[in-house]
Amino acid sequence: MIQLLVFLPLLAAIIAGFGNRAIGNVPAKIVTTGALFVSCALSWATFLPFLGGEAAAQVTPVLDFIRSGDLDVQWSLRVDALTAVMLVVITTVSALVHLYSWGYMDEDPDQPRFFAYLSLFTFAMLMLVTADNLIQMFFGWEGVGLASYLLIGFWYQKPSANAAAIKAFVVNRVGDLGFMLGIFGTFLVFGTASIPAILEAAPGMAGSTIGFLGMRIEVMTLLCLLLFVGAMGKSAQLGLHTWLPDAMEGPTPVSALIHAATMVTAGVFMVCRLSPMFETSPTALGFVTFIGAATCLFAATVGTVQNDIKRVIAYSTCSQLGYMFFAAGVGAYGAAMFHLFTHAFFKALLFLGAGSVIHAMHHEQDMRYYGALRKEIPITFWVMTIGTLAITGVGLPLVGVGFAGFYSKDGILEAAYASGGGGAMAFFVGVFAALLTSFYSWRLVFLTFFGKPRWAASEHIQHAVHDHGHHGDHPADEDAGDHAHDDHGHHHAPATGTGGYHPHESPWVMLVPLLVLSLGALFAGLIFHDQFIGAEGGIEFWKTSIAFDSHLMHAAHEVPTWVKFSPFTVMLAGLLIAWLSYIRHTEWPAQFVGTFRGLYNFLLNKWYFDELYNVLFVRPAFAIGRFLWKRGDQGTIDRFGPDGVSGLVAFTSRLSVKLQSGYVYTYALVMLLGLSAAATWAIAGR
Amino acid sequence: MIGLHHYLIVSAILFVLGVLGILLNRKNVIIILMAIELILLSVNLNLVAFSAYLGDLVGQVFAMFVLTVAAGEAAIGLAILVIYFRGRGTIAVDDVNRMKG
Repeated sequence: MIQLLVFLPLLAAIIAGFGNRAIGNVPAKIVTTGALFVSCALSWATFLPFLGGEAAAQVTPVLDFIRSGDLDVQWSLRVDALTAVMLVVITTVSALVHLYSWGYMDEDPDQPRFFAYLSLFTFAMLMLVTADNLIQMFFGWEGVGLASYLLIGFWYQKPSANAAAIKAFVVNRVGDLGFMLGIFGTFLVFGTASIPAILEAAPGMAGSTIGFLGMRIEVMTLLCLLLFVGAMGKSAQLGLHTWLPDAMEGPTPVSALIHAATMVTAGVFMVCRLSPMFETSPTALGFVTFIGAATCLFAATVGTVQNDIKRVIAYSTCSQLGYMFFAAGVGAYGAAMFHLFTHAFFKALLFLGAGSVIHAMHHEQDMRYYGALRKEIPITFWVMTIGTLAITGVGLPLVGVGFAGFYSKDGILEAAYASGGGGAMAFFVGVFAALLTSFYSWRLVFLTFFGKPRWAASEHIQHAVHDHGHHGDHPADEDAGDHAHDDHGHHHAPATGTGGYHPHESPWVMLVPLLVLSLGALFAGLIFHDQFIGAEGGIEFWKTSIAFDSHLMHAAHEVPTWVKFSPFTVMLAGLLIAWLSYIRHTEWPAQFVGTFRGLYNFLLNKWYFDELYNVLFVRPAFAIGRFLWKRGDQGTIDRFGPDGVSGLVAFTSRLSVKLQSGYVYTYALVMLLGLSAAATWAIAGR
Repeated sequence: MIGLHHYLIVSAILFVLGVLGILLNRKNVIIILMAIELILLSVNLNLVAFSAYLGDLVGQVFAMFVLTVAAGEAAIGLAILVIYFRGRGTIAVDDVNRMKG
């Protein structure tokens, strides 16, 4: 069953990818989407027994992978509670995204390729989460990286998409280098790549040291930090986050699947999978907490000023990943996985909802040109509202009833507070980030769905209206004199801000995934919170798949009341600020920008990370490249190598051409001289 | 008494004249042919002189061969020259450089 679950998407990807034009759009879509729905059903069938606590972890061998000396790597599929959670998340979101793409990519000429990539991604991600050893995990890790690259650059005609794809790939290489070094180091220390064996041996290695870069470093700290660098790259944590916002160049379903729900959470999954190993090194955990909290804050601040609807959600994703990491850092792995689980639903929902808005607004992504879409696309409005309620964590603290994000985010914050020390710092950062989260999420909703229409200024909308003008509006112009009194006039009155454009609700094939995901955003927290983060239920559910800390979870439930209320309070505060700024006093944002121009520019330019990296890494890399190209390659190797040899041949042939005068007597002279020389040598040389 | 060395000196003089005739001549390809003939004759003289001196007839037999070959060579050379003259309108040595690289 598990083999079928994992390899069905691969099979579908192969059929759709190599069949491509030959099998046509519809068969390719049916094969991939069908395969994903089967996988999804199987995943839920795998997951549900774990909920009751009756299913045990099992390993299904598939193949011998590598056998060389001490290295014996099996290709096997491991299913325990942790994997089961990921299976459900991946296949559910992926299946829904496949379905959604039927509508969203309807006009694209390259649909089989798109669906093949999506299925390929799903396979690689499944490979990653079912990995029983680090090598196999790395295979999946690179597989999802490849699929991400292919999908970001799916519209390869756009230079910006290509650049974003390359950026994502290169930044991930940095993280992957850390991950690879971590794997090598792990093999060096433990003599095996098998995850269960490593986790079993890890506590025994705590405290021993290893030489690295000329220093003695605690071995577990080093390994955990190296592995965490890999997680930082994949999960877009502060420092290696720059690729994620740019990755929004890809089609929106891709952003929902890869850059919100699944791939970017691979780092969180990895830390949780190796949690017994991370538990041996407080230093590494402290670092994870710090990076998580820093990313959480950073991304939330940047998210508040972005204008592109997808970028707001991208920074939101980055920020939520920060939550997951600092949850893992304080030892609340259950809470981290819970947030991963709920986040997958509501963030996929938000992205697909944004896709629906973009679809309605004729590919306009700038929120400054939205407004008043509430009446035009009501279903999208409602699901987006549910997603926003979920991400901002709306719920009643003492009663304990709320949307998905309420359980997971509050669980993380309470666990962070309960863990004390660095965790308490992370708590305050997290609460502040929750304020910002609430603000930017509601800002998105208010800018998009409320206020007055501001569509007329958008180039995309103007194009759309212009194209329509030739077909639809022309008759209206001709008999304008007769109907001047009726409301045809608003077609041509830019004062209303609609520019004569009528947004259209997305087709049902796009709305159904949205409705299913909003069910997840509504109930995922309510139904599953006891299994994921309950002090007793967690032990039953997780068993040994993560280092579940029941005491911490107990302590998290016992935190003071003000701690429980603080996320709720800041959520309301964020909502209030957003409402005041974007509905009540719409001049406030402009005033704020006018007053704090420096701060605004700092945030708008994403803390100048891209500029900093440009100066620190990109330019020197270009300079080195140019030096090696001009001086090293052209100046040395080519000059003395191929170019040198061909130049020498040309030079000597120019010389010998001069010898060949064409006059018989010169040849005769040369012959004579040669003959004399030969004769002289023959006689005198004896 | 005329000894072997007289023959050899005459032969050497003829040979050098023939070589110079090839090298210094700028006028006419026919003169080159004649110079080659001269060289061959000097060789013949050598062969005959040594044949008489050593009492070995092989040298004279070779001289006959050389004469025959030289006659054939002259015939072919002149034939080529006639064809060449028809084509190019000149047989001046300085103009015959179509083999220049």
